[in-house]
Amino acid sequence: MIAVDERGYYGEFGGAYIPEMLWPNVQELRENYLKFMAEPDFQREFQSLLRDFVGRPTPLYLAKRLSEHFGVTIYLKREDLCHTGAHKINNTVGQILMAKRLGKTRIIAETGAGQHGVATATVCALMGLECIVYMGEVDIERQAPNVARMKMLGAEVRPATSGSKTLKDATNEAIRDWINNPVDTHYIIGSVVGPHPYPDMVARFQSVISEEIKWQLEEHTGKDYPDAVIACVGGGSNAAGAFYHFLNDTRVRLIAVEAAGEGIHSGKSAATSVLGTKGVIHGSRTLLMQTADGQIVEPHSISAGLDYPGIGPLHAHLISSGRAEAICFFFFESLEAALFLSRQEGIIPALETAHALSALRVMKYNPTDVLVLCLSGRGDKDLNTYMKHL
Amino acid sequence: MWVAQQSQSVFGVPLGTQHGLFWIKNTHITSLKGLQKTLRYALSYPNFAPKGLLHPGFRWRTLKHSIMNRIEQLFQRKDKNVLNIYFTAGYPGLNDTEDIILSLEKAGVDLVEVGMPYSDPLADGPTIQESGTAALENGMTLQLLFEQLAAVRKKTEMPLIMMGYFNQVMQYGEKAFFEKVAEVGVDGLILPDLPLFEYENHYKDLAESLGLAVSFLITPQTEPERIRKIDDLTHGFIYIVSSSSITGAKSGITDTQLAYFNRINDMQLKNKRLIGFGISDHETFETACQYANGAIIGSAYIKALKNNPNVAECTAEFVTAILLDRH
Ligand SMILES: Cc1ncc(COP(=O)(O)O)c(C=O)c1O
Repeated sequence: MIAVDERGYYGEFGGAYIPEMLWPNVQELRENYLKFMAEPDFQREFQSLLRDFVGRPTPLYLAKRLSEHFGVTIYLKREDLCHTGAHKINNTVGQILMAKRLGKTRIIAETGAGQHGVATATVCALMGLECIVYMGEVDIERQAPNVARMKMLGAEVRPATSGSKTLKDATNEAIRDWINNPVDTHYIIGSVVGPHPYPDMVARFQSVISEEIKWQLEEHTGKDYPDAVIACVGGGSNAAGAFYHFLNDTRVRLIAVEAAGEGIHSGKSAATSVLGTKGVIHGSRTLLMQTADGQIVEPHSISAGLDYPGIGPLHAHLISSGRAEAICFFFFESLEAALFLSRQEGIIPALETAHALSALRVMKYNPTDVLVLCLSGRGDKDLNTYMKHL
Repeated sequence: MWVAQQSQSVFGVPLGTQHGLFWIKNTHITSLKGLQKTLRYALSYPNFAPKGLLHPGFRWRTLKHSIMNRIEQLFQRKDKNVLNIYFTAGYPGLNDTEDIILSLEKAGVDLVEVGMPYSDPLADGPTIQESGTAALENGMTLQLLFEQLAAVRKKTEMPLIMMGYFNQVMQYGEKAFFEKVAEVGVDGLILPDLPLFEYENHYKDLAESLGLAVSFLITPQTEPERIRKIDDLTHGFIYIVSSSSITGAKSGITDTQLAYFNRINDMQLKNKRLIGFGISDHETFETACQYANGAIIGSAYIKALKNNPNVAECTAEFVTAILLDRH
């Protein structure tokens, strides 16, 4: 049975390794998140925002030409059609309702690709709350369109200038901001990472993805489960959402796809499941990329959303227990996959998602299998990168 | 000594009859070598030996614990105006550790906190993070730091504390780390991101058996019940975080903070208390000393070292300016 325990552990991974300064905030959240989520009022508000604001349910689309090409049945779960263009908003809608119930007036977030930053800025605009988004200096440059969107939505984008100036460092800065503002601020983490209860809370908000996959698949095929679910993993929130209702259904293979950057052992990679060892990052005991001396290694991926040296504790558990298979890809394979999907199916995927698509080329399956691939986001933000490499 | 205060039977016999403890206390044994000598002496001349020492209930670890901890000894000697200074090992120069510790001692500092530089120091502000990044670039590693500290320990009896993040401990191996810390003669540990719960369940017995004083932090938001728990688990001193912030964030002390210090004082905790975060000069040090047993200074000293990397000169000037007529 795969489930989180009371202390936030999935097997040996998880927990809350945080400085005392964060304790009251994290404790407040831990004591309240399940209670609030169970309230009918909360559920009503959450469901209606998902339907009317986000545009759920998102389609489960039978990708005919992709299926033909690979000789297997492939459904795409179209999270790219969510408002703001990625799955990230499922979580921010949930967390903004949580923040309101906790009486918070100021919202902070970290972002890599900018999708989570945009999704946070969007719900803050919707609720009229102040919004500050931390983003690595490098990412501000390579995801410029999303920076502009955040500004348009009224958020303040603060550059993180330490370390590799990417997602890890933006997360450090957001955590420091929370330490400095312990009373009025809620931190909307963008993935299934961080101290307990974040990984569990974010997974629950994203679990709407697999909830829909189940009934949509049943409508399409008569069976409410696929043979495999494929998703890319940065921190792992779209994967957690797509896996959630199949975690304990061993008929379903779970395939987590990571970014190998310029090659797993090139020194420029973000393949945590291969390169990672047990450690603590951002408050969670998990797998992460680090030196023998316990210094966190700066990751590298062309896709800002996968450029993270850790993975969520749920995924660390799924991978080390063998429940999930982990695959990683070079960035140029992902570029090819993005081009393929654009020209064969008329869908431009996000770079992060393109990594998941490349898994189709190497994974083993039977021709009669039904695969579901979580199309986590759309590629508008990545057009610059795509054009450079076309 | 906390063993004597806490458990009423250090050697398995009631405290009142433990001549041994008092005898040892009075002879000021502070090293393991000295202790071994004493024990050899006691075994050779049992009639002169303290009763407790040869009692069947004698526990070597407990004795070692009660004798070695220099932090406890410091607070027995001095419980006002205690000055604890933090520095990042490997900064400004890779091999400055010894110079810094000896200069701090010479200048009149009571306790030194040695920062293990870390790539992602969540609880620290830009000053300490930058010094850590520079130290790592200089080539500092835990192993080198342990070597440096073992060498320093031969030259000084200054109480030393290591401060770092739990991931560093995990990679070294938790048990190996705690043992190494004790072995090189370090007296205490501060691991800000090690949760109380994990410490209590996995590491407390180990730390206590090695005689390590592990300090925990409390903040203006920490609830009374949790403060009691922290007081229970702490040996050495409690670290009072002056405001809700990362290190080096604010300076000056407000009335709200004073009310918070008073609230803590009213709780009559068993441990001594040092105030840290935002203590940067003589004035803030003085104020902190009025409300606790002393104070901890970190970022301000790192800044001073950045401006004047001549360790001996910088340290003398810095500490003199903090203490003025206090010592
Ligand atoms: C479209 C898209 N997919 C995936 C990710 C990776 O995040 P996660 O692993 O949490 O789903 C991101 C992150 O920014 C993203 O924008």
